Amino acid sequence: MNAHAAITKPDAFEASLFAVEGMRCAACIARIEGGLVEIPGIHSARVNLSARRVRVEHDPAVGEDVILKALRKVGFDAHPFAGDAITGKRSDESRKLVLALAVSGFAAMNIMLLSVSVWAGAVGTTRDLFHWISALIGVPAVAYSGRPFFESALAAIRKRRTNMDVPISIGVIVTVAMSLYETATGGEHAYFDGAVMLLFFLLAGRFLDSVMRARAEDSVAALLRRVPSEATVLINGKQVRRRVDMLLPGDLLFVAAGERIAADGVVVEGSSNIDRAHITGESLPERIAPGGRVLAGTINLSRPLTIRATAVGNQTAIADIARLMEQASGSKSLYVRIADRAARLYAPAVHSLAGLTFLGWMLAGTGIHQSLLIAVAVLIITCPCALGLAVPIAQVVTAGALMKRGILVKEGSALERLATADIALLDKTGTATRGRLDASDLPEKVGERAILAALAHASRHPLARSVTSALEGVEAAKGDRIAEVPGLGVEGYFADRRWRFGRPDWVGTDRDGGTTTAAFGPTDGGVRLIHFADALRPDAQRAMAELDGLKVLPQLISGDQVDVVRQVAGVMGIQWRARVTPAEKNVLVIEQQAAGHHVLMVGDGLNDGPALKAADVAMAPAAASDVGQMAADIVFFGDSLDAVPRSVRAARRMMRVVKQNFALAIGYNVLAVPLAIAGMVTPLIAALAMSGSSILVVANALRLRSAAR
Amino acid sequence: MTGIGFLLPIALGLGLLGLGAFFWSVKSGQFEDLDGAAMRILIDEEEQDGGN
Repeated sequence: MNAHAAITKPDAFEASLFAVEGMRCAACIARIEGGLVEIPGIHSARVNLSARRVRVEHDPAVGEDVILKALRKVGFDAHPFAGDAITGKRSDESRKLVLALAVSGFAAMNIMLLSVSVWAGAVGTTRDLFHWISALIGVPAVAYSGRPFFESALAAIRKRRTNMDVPISIGVIVTVAMSLYETATGGEHAYFDGAVMLLFFLLAGRFLDSVMRARAEDSVAALLRRVPSEATVLINGKQVRRRVDMLLPGDLLFVAAGERIAADGVVVEGSSNIDRAHITGESLPERIAPGGRVLAGTINLSRPLTIRATAVGNQTAIADIARLMEQASGSKSLYVRIADRAARLYAPAVHSLAGLTFLGWMLAGTGIHQSLLIAVAVLIITCPCALGLAVPIAQVVTAGALMKRGILVKEGSALERLATADIALLDKTGTATRGRLDASDLPEKVGERAILAALAHASRHPLARSVTSALEGVEAAKGDRIAEVPGLGVEGYFADRRWRFGRPDWVGTDRDGGTTTAAFGPTDGGVRLIHFADALRPDAQRAMAELDGLKVLPQLISGDQVDVVRQVAGVMGIQWRARVTPAEKNVLVIEQQAAGHHVLMVGDGLNDGPALKAADVAMAPAAASDVGQMAADIVFFGDSLDAVPRSVRAARRMMRVVKQNFALAIGYNVLAVPLAIAGMVTPLIAALAMSGSSILVVANALRLRSAAR
Repeated sequence: MTGIGFLLPIALGLGLLGLGAFFWSVKSGQFEDLDGAAMRILIDEEEQDGGN
């Protein structure tokens, strides 16, 4: 009974994950973990610094908003973590690989100890005993550590294909089987050491690959935000909190200012600004009034709204798009990785070579046992150890170098595909431009800047946030009664004068510049206008020229007006197309592919989603919408478009090294295979050749550490 | 030869012990947050009142 109680006890709590920005030090951990447990209803908080996540155990009654508020109180911006489904799978894979690696490492070391004495000349009973012990360690180790390869090979064979894992699996299994037979019959040569070492080297490559991708996916997943889990429903005029999955179309929802909208709907009452940045990548908030349509996942910025839900849960526009993206099978899923293409040529060649060797020795009159031994030795020596390492190691080292530069490679084959790209299509808003509003005409006087900083800090409106980041480092002035007036702006008293920052007509000027203008000043005169614009990324022109130099033709495609696009493309010095709808973008990509081009798509918004999926390879800035980040293979941080030519250069360098590695691996085979065919390969030679070629390949790949320069 | 009879099982046993310890440490999540572990040693005990 006791045990039962102990197991069920944690169920009383609910565990939630939050992605937290800006955690860097020990003090941050202490502040979050100490600060959260002081909130009633929160039982524990555990920071994972590597993943920038906090796991909070709390009573089911404690909502997400309470925890988010608590996190903000201790000084951290956070949002519910939405990437469980993606990152959970990947970290599971890494964990399995590290365990397999540990087992094969343990087995390789112990068998090698025994093998050394056999090589040194142990004979008779001692040799047999050592072979038996090796078999005892080796067989279970291969059965356990070989699973990732066997499973993948089996899956490929079922689809009537071959990949790199097929020759690996055949090689390992045949080697172990033959060594067992040799051991049982008291033979001279057992290759348990070779089989286990092979697995160890290959697993090391796979593990590094998996860890690198897990890290990239983790960082991207942490940026994802999701539809809220609860909403306020109006029932007979009363506000009731409901879980989102209990909502029905037709429900009246109350959305407070600053809250995320939980369902698609039509505004019934109230007018406000809606921030759609995470759905469309559009940086400007949209003004809406009764009758206007809103989408789930967007944020109500300024004033409370009442909306009637038209679509909930799986029916919402964002869920629809997510489904479409999942189904889309672009050229990416058809792409065959270079290692597997090599295996298609390699596997039949070595297998028929082994067969021919067997036949040849049989014809020469050697017994069936001896001929089989030699044929198996050929298989072992040609087992693509270096070949299997050649690609993953090069990719891991390159992806690591790019990651240090803020470029995350999410997909293993992305760099291979990027290396062949010869056309780059760039979206305008959020890709060629920064996708955020930069303030100009800010006040220059120190006193005024301090007041503006204080006012802007009090609001979460995009324009205020833009001012806050522009004024970073400015000490905010001390004021009284600073308050945000929904829909209008912020006001406060400084040295007994009332200052306002917000809509121009409210601050006290009749000059109106539309949504991209705000005013700031004391209410008794002296108002100035602050303009906001989505600026072109710095060095966009240079990055485009570099792309051109790499023989990747850049082109700007945008849904925007002709003259806007022409002007931006003019500054960047590239070709352009304006007024392209999302569907047309997709068609454009497919047309270029049909013409034999390999397309790199760089985009950020929901409208780029299908094109990002269809392109051969896709990149997105880290500020992109969720959809953009999910669809892209490569996500880059920072303001500079330089990441695009940098990645192309790194990818091409990686491909050169991969090809060199193939040449090295094949060169080694050319040297070693004649020995094997001649029947001169002993376990000692096999072990030396295998580790020697692997080390050579790894050393060559390590040169890529500087690939992202 | 009798030496081998002792030494081999001992060597293997120690190796297996290490392997077992590694399995346990992975399963219990000790490799989940390597950066955090390096930082946590800097937190003073009394500051972390009921941190976990």
